[in-house]
Amino acid sequence: MKWFIDSNTLKSGFIKEVEKSSSQKIAHCYQCGKCSAGCPIAYEMEYTPNQIMRMIQLGMKDVVLASNTIWLCVSCITCTARCPREIDVAEVMDVLRRFAYRSGVYPIKGRNVPLFNKVFLRNIEKYGRLFEMSLIGTFNMLSGTPFKDTSLAPKMFLRHKINLLPEKVKGIKEIRGIFKKAGKVSRAKRQSLITIGELIHNYLKR
Amino acid sequence: MESIIADKKTFKYAYFPGCSLKSTSKEYDISAREVASSLGVILKEIPDWTCCGATPAHLTMHILSIGLPVKILLQVKEMGISEVVTCCAACFSRLKFANDIMSKDQLHREMVSRVLSKKYEGEVSVRHFLDVLVNEYGIESISKKIVKPLKGLKVACYYGCLLVRPPEVTKFDDSEDPHFMDDLINVTGAEAISWPYKTECCGASHSLSNTEIVLRLSNDILRFAKESGADVVAVACPMCQSNLDLRQGEIEKRYETKINLPVLYFTQLLGLALGAESKNLGLNMHLVNPFKILQEKGLL
Repeated sequence: MKWFIDSNTLKSGFIKEVEKSSSQKIAHCYQCGKCSAGCPIAYEMEYTPNQIMRMIQLGMKDVVLASNTIWLCVSCITCTARCPREIDVAEVMDVLRRFAYRSGVYPIKGRNVPLFNKVFLRNIEKYGRLFEMSLIGTFNMLSGTPFKDTSLAPKMFLRHKINLLPEKVKGIKEIRGIFKKAGKVSRAKRQSLITIGELIHNYLKR
Repeated sequence: MESIIADKKTFKYAYFPGCSLKSTSKEYDISAREVASSLGVILKEIPDWTCCGATPAHLTMHILSIGLPVKILLQVKEMGISEVVTCCAACFSRLKFANDIMSKDQLHREMVSRVLSKKYEGEVSVRHFLDVLVNEYGIESISKKIVKPLKGLKVACYYGCLLVRPPEVTKFDDSEDPHFMDDLINVTGAEAISWPYKTECCGASHSLSNTEIVLRLSNDILRFAKESGADVVAVACPMCQSNLDLRQGEIEKRYETKINLPVLYFTQLLGLALGAESKNLGLNMHLVNPFKILQEKGLL
């Protein structure tokens, strides 16, 4: 067996936690594999979506939350649309990501996604609308690929497809208030975009 | 008789462009407005609209992913308009999802009112522009306004994910084999071809964070469209468009192939058929040049 699953893991109640947060009946999954068959990214995942569902049933919280699967899932919702047990698998993936986000521990392969999400959301919080120059620049710097897509940039400038300055929005205070209060209601702590260790890793891996 | 009724109805909507339509996909905004004005559909832009939160919000914090769209829906309500139209499939998905949940779930209403300090109960209806044209304005009424049929142009209609999934939210014809964009393209005089990758994912939000995945998925889509005989791909989502168009050169390099398949918004094709000039449709804003094929077919 790949894993020894002890009785504490089995009794951990992880399935209850996920079921409560997602309003989905994870216990209904009978491992038909339809979700994984249609998943466009299954080829790249550590564990396929149906394996993740089984792991939740078995209480394997640590393995699930540390897997790259939850971050590679692109939210295309094909799994949900096709599940014969009517489980919203995509919503389950969302819930797992939010759990992982709260723990602040991300798998090395797949860490770019939570970093992207944080950079994106800070951008919205600051400007109200997405300012793509800043999003792309900040993300590429922090992910250790500062020169990525530089050949695309001039082509986009020439076609007026990227703005040099952010758009000004009047309701920006309200937006910041929404971020603040949503964080409070969800009891989510504000995280730094990236740790020094992660940043060094991102540059050294190249 | 029917057409008289259709002509008399006023089509007035609040318009939510969304962030992409103000930057990477300006041509979608330009062409949608052009189509709307030539059909007499009024799109009133929401003043000072803000971002819907897109994918990063729902991956990070549930209540934020509902709160941001509800702020926009409240603005629509303040405008005194009952329907909001958006062209972006992702904005459509986020707004519709939030609206549906607010219209039926008391717990969400309470949570969101704590975040926004305002009450909202799903009073606005959320529509995609394609849905409005096909199901509200009507294919028949559009057919009467076609002045320049796009004869001989083969189009692969690409729906992607968020326009059709989850079907309980989007509520269009068929989430596995949708045809409402095909219907619209056929009425322009072009031919919507039958092909297998209509609703496969392009990699969407991984465009910056996992570009390799996007290159692979988008390559599959473009290859199938090409093999099925398409002259151009039609899309209804700015993310699909930028992955298939902006990254097409990179895909060709990565997979050592020549694709050269223009990726146009359905609004640009419809606009052409309605007699709009190419400069008013932003056809010069794509990386894969569509002029050659359009000229070959005698459409420009």
